[in-house]
Amino acid sequence: MLHMPKYEKIWLAVGTGALIVFLLVTGIMAVSMGLHPPNGMKMKMEPENVETAAPFNSPGLKKIGPNEYRATIISYTFGYNPNTITVPKGATVHFQITSKDVVHGFMIPGTTTNLMLIPGHVAEYTQTFNEPGEFLFVCHEYCGIGHQAMYGRVIVKDTV
Amino acid sequence: MGTNDTVAETSGRNNAFTDFRFEKKDSNLILAHIGFSFFAVFLGAIAGLLQVTQRSGWIQLPNWLNYYQLLTAHGVLLALVFTTFFIIGYLYSGVARTLDGKLTPAARILGWIGFYLMAVGTVMATITILTNDSTVLYTFYAPMKASPWFYIGTALLIVGSWFGAFGIFATYIRWRKNHKNQSSPLFAYMAVATLILWLHASLFVAIEVVFQLIPWSFGIVDRVNVSLSRTLFWYFGHALVYFWLLPAYIYWYVNIPQVVGGKIFSNSLPRLTFILFILFSVPVGFHHQLNEPGIGSFWKFLQVILTMMVVIPSLMTAFAILATFELAGRSRGGKGLFGWVRKLPWKDARFFTAVMGMIIFIPAGAGGIINASYQLNQMVHNTWFVTGHFHLTIASTVLLTFFAISYWLIPVLTGRVFTKQLNRLAIIQAVLWAIGMFLMAVIMHIVGLLGAPRRTSYSTYGGHELAVTWLSYNQVIAAGGVILFVAILLVLYIWFNLLFLAPKSEKTIEYPIGVVNEQAEHPPRILERWSFWIGVSIALSVIAYAIPIYQILMHHSPGSLPYRTW
Repeated sequence: MLHMPKYEKIWLAVGTGALIVFLLVTGIMAVSMGLHPPNGMKMKMEPENVETAAPFNSPGLKKIGPNEYRATIISYTFGYNPNTITVPKGATVHFQITSKDVVHGFMIPGTTTNLMLIPGHVAEYTQTFNEPGEFLFVCHEYCGIGHQAMYGRVIVKDTV
Repeated sequence: MGTNDTVAETSGRNNAFTDFRFEKKDSNLILAHIGFSFFAVFLGAIAGLLQVTQRSGWIQLPNWLNYYQLLTAHGVLLALVFTTFFIIGYLYSGVARTLDGKLTPAARILGWIGFYLMAVGTVMATITILTNDSTVLYTFYAPMKASPWFYIGTALLIVGSWFGAFGIFATYIRWRKNHKNQSSPLFAYMAVATLILWLHASLFVAIEVVFQLIPWSFGIVDRVNVSLSRTLFWYFGHALVYFWLLPAYIYWYVNIPQVVGGKIFSNSLPRLTFILFILFSVPVGFHHQLNEPGIGSFWKFLQVILTMMVVIPSLMTAFAILATFELAGRSRGGKGLFGWVRKLPWKDARFFTAVMGMIIFIPAGAGGIINASYQLNQMVHNTWFVTGHFHLTIASTVLLTFFAISYWLIPVLTGRVFTKQLNRLAIIQAVLWAIGMFLMAVIMHIVGLLGAPRRTSYSTYGGHELAVTWLSYNQVIAAGGVILFVAILLVLYIWFNLLFLAPKSEKTIEYPIGVVNEQAEHPPRILERWSFWIGVSIALSVIAYAIPIYQILMHHSPGSLPYRTW
């Protein structure tokens, strides 16, 4: 019913084929390598009571295994608590972050950590820091007049 | 050329509107929409200039004006107000032109109701932005609480656009009744498709604004479900970009063939393309929410697949447009593999400006694939990469095409001539725009990959080494912004001339509508059975959204109280 010229058929076949390969690669990476975007389906929080409920009543960095840590961070206008965390080289950090007021962001440039912090939910992501240095993290979702002042640091030390 | 075009879109049986002129009542309605959109461009461009120069550290803003306020004005006036007014004006013009040459009386009334609703809504929203009561950006994410009048203003803008759509449907329905067993003219078909897409998507932002945000901002209800509001917003927010893009495609498919002296390549495939856009641009909003908690991975991935499906109609469009250009170039004597390229009317701003937009759309589309990719998104989400991307799509491809449209549409409406000098100025304008966008948008992509966040006022982040490197890129971006502002002044000058000063023409000015290639087959009837396609589009949305929305409702904390954080 829809007549297509031969060249258009070739063009569409190549394009659609590339698309299928691309989606397959993405899907295989997701399913077999577990490469999913940051998630957080388990915990819900009452935003304005975040500071009195576990685990956010004691934010900070906790060691949970050999060179493995959990970073529990509260975001608020306009900052993070804590806003500096220090880990040794090669540390795996499980971030667990929520917001106690509006929507914020949490991005560590140079890594794949890039989270949206939605009040009521807890965002989770795991990142391993193999390079020593001072990583900046910033709020990347507009949250009000002081948005540009909302940042912190992950300090990765060469020696423990 | 073009004085005796037949409306062969309707398989050649109808006779042409050879000296086509709009009825005064129709041209007034269209001019009102187009003219209003120019105001929005002017104010939005000033906001853009101040904003980009502030972020680079070149200027300091006075106490009564802040960066985020300007950003809100820039987004609302350009992304929502300008586009909606211009698109509805343009669609009205083409529908009147191709459906018996005039609008129905009902369409005119609906069109004016829509115009006034949108205008009142715009004024309300703009006032609350200027008084700094709604510095929430055009995405107005809860629980930041703007003035209730801001939400009411945006709701009026959306509802007004629906009245505009109903007017077009009214004209289309009358035509179908009077022309049984004929397929409708391509322009009208595409206008209807665009507006069906728009109605489907904007219904959901209207639900967000009317049922969630307005009662909450007035204090009638205490709390708002933030995840739900974001999901409703992005249900609309991604389709919104296709509401901008499809009118540009209409120009490329239907009007440009006549401008280049060619023919519309096929009568069926463009229709199929638009149907595919209806199907695959709504059930995909989660790719804007890939990095947020509360939405299951499976649903995110499903929507990524659906998002990528738009690659297919985009490839079909690229093929059809290039084929049209090649056939036109060859019919003018172009030889060899690429000889036809030189035969195209490069000195005609109606062509040149739009082609600039088409070329820019190639990297723009590639960037879009990156943004929507399940994992790659983590590198670019909410960085300046994204801002760079939509400055290539909407602010370059779509806008340049709209400029090209305005260069013949305003003359048709006002009877004034797009003179040689104005044409030359328009070409300079398009080149300036491309240079400005190259500096601005390309650098935004690069600095975004380095991690610079979008939507952020001037900051050195405590002098952090990496953040300081971002600042030098910001200078180049600001330089691009200044060039773009000069280009906007040029286009405003051209528009002002076409509206009020250019010499009046004695002859009729051509409204270009391409003729369909004689060999093109008659489009299958199924393509015009709208109820079927609307049904499929709703079904796809239910598949993609029903369970995740149920989960959002179940996985629901008590909701958020309102905050004013500016």
